[in-house]
Amino acid sequence: MPVQDLEKIFQEKIDQEIKIEPRDWMPEAYRKTNIRQISQHAHSEVVGMLPEGNWISRAPSLKRKAILLAKVQDEGGHGLYLYSAAETLGMSRDEMISDLLSGKAKYSSIFNYPALTWADMGAVGWLVDGAAILNQVMLCRTSYGPYARAMVRICKEESFHQRQGFEALLVLSRGTDAQKAMCQESINRWWWPSLMMFGPKDSESTNSDQSMKWKIKRKTNDELRQQFVDMIAEQIKVLGMRLPDDQLKWNEERKHYDFGEINWDEFWNVVKGNGPCNKQRLDARKKAHDDGAWVRAAALAYAAKKINTKNEKAA
Amino acid sequence: MNDPLNKYILHLADNALILAQRNGEWCGHGPILEQDIAITNISLDLLGQARNFYQYAASLQGNDATEDSLAYLRIENEYRNGLLVEQPNIDWAQTILRQYFFSTYQYLLYEKLQAADDAQLAAIAAKALKEVSYHLRWSREWVIRLGDGTAESHRRMIQAVDALWRYTGELFIPADYENQVGVDVSLIKDAWTEQVNVVMAEAGISLPEKTYMQTGGKQGIHTEHLGYILAELQYVQRAYPNSSW
Ligand SMILES: [Fe+2]
Ligand SMILES: [Fe+2]
Repeated sequence: MPVQDLEKIFQEKIDQEIKIEPRDWMPEAYRKTNIRQISQHAHSEVVGMLPEGNWISRAPSLKRKAILLAKVQDEGGHGLYLYSAAETLGMSRDEMISDLLSGKAKYSSIFNYPALTWADMGAVGWLVDGAAILNQVMLCRTSYGPYARAMVRICKEESFHQRQGFEALLVLSRGTDAQKAMCQESINRWWWPSLMMFGPKDSESTNSDQSMKWKIKRKTNDELRQQFVDMIAEQIKVLGMRLPDDQLKWNEERKHYDFGEINWDEFWNVVKGNGPCNKQRLDARKKAHDDGAWVRAAALAYAAKKINTKNEKAA
Repeated sequence: MNDPLNKYILHLADNALILAQRNGEWCGHGPILEQDIAITNISLDLLGQARNFYQYAASLQGNDATEDSLAYLRIENEYRNGLLVEQPNIDWAQTILRQYFFSTYQYLLYEKLQAADDAQLAAIAAKALKEVSYHLRWSREWVIRLGDGTAESHRRMIQAVDALWRYTGELFIPADYENQVGVDVSLIKDAWTEQVNVVMAEAGISLPEKTYMQTGGKQGIHTEHLGYILAELQYVQRAYPNSSW
């Protein structure tokens, strides 16, 4: 069948909301875009373990320690589902990881910000997982089947993370003056970076049109960002804290909150590798990978020995 | 605060908490994602056990004691964990071997503890036994895999034995409080030794014949590592006293 016909059938499936499965024909660019996006998403889950992992040993109560351990472990699990989903498109996990470590593959810039106080564990759950959820809820309906199914499992856990994060902040917001100050300071630092998580403005975004046509994405960056602002602007009232944006205001006409301009220089600077923790995060991943090399080699060698003795017995 | 049952419960809790804290250091840094998740899971199980014991001890103590006041506001010499669990992670071999030695011990201990007269202790042990049997299986498989894997993994296992063996003897010497309550740990020593010998033989690792066994942890005299563990563990509670989290 000529490629034009295959492409036509492919697009018809998408238009009829039929999921694309690993064995189906797909345009090379669709495959590449999905590999790029899913592996980037997987890397974000795994790198995202670092800022929060950094507080496990210092969590202020045993209950919070248990919640945090379970949360960071969930993120590792998300990484696993997503690597598996990306592998169905023909790239191995090893290749994806080596692209991460070489800097070729990206991960979400939000994890290049430091987690400096206990309140950050709340703010990250509430704002960062909160922003991630909006993107991920949309991705539950993405056109590539394995990605959509991975997202359905992940979304359930993410909304739990967001609630736990909010609840951790709620306790601080009702605590001592020092705790209240810690809570507000953390929100101040995480608010703008979490708005940046939705990516460049629609007018600047290069990949958006084709991804919308292929239903990899179903909402634009700006739509998702607005949805996030509207949600958080309401939730913060419960905390009795404020968002660090003087221009944040309900717009009765638009039925949305207006908000101030993102610092796009900062956004691009972090994307280019100059965020406060870009180097530390990548170094930590490299160290784990290098330190683990002998362990993986031992596991392979042992498994090979076992197969050999099995075969010898069978022979 | 000083009665043997209270000391004994805290001893059980401290063992579980300190090893949970050590294993938790791996979270996000494991040798491969699946094992990162596995060691974090073990950390979580141990933390859950510690909480059950602390809550029980707190309920016996009364006077506003809570699981957190017990974990966060006691100092080094009030901690009664064995020296083994506070030893640093160093590498995957030492982490695995520490877990294997401890899980083998903990399994035998809880097996007896679930029949204890104290219904609460018996219930906690019975509930934890399923978790511990998974920790034991997982760490046993890794001990064999590393011992019988590559030359390097074999060498690292030998180093791990050299580092940790000296802290195993203490597990089976009853502390004063263990003479009065709980399981007589001297009675599980033979079973432990026998099981460990079988697994180490399969791993191709020989155990030292004569090693001086370090003791003291169970009486509150620790290695220098514990101070650092508690400094991290307790930092927020100490920096912001009388707050809820
Ligand atoms: Fe996640
Ligand atoms: Fe999450």
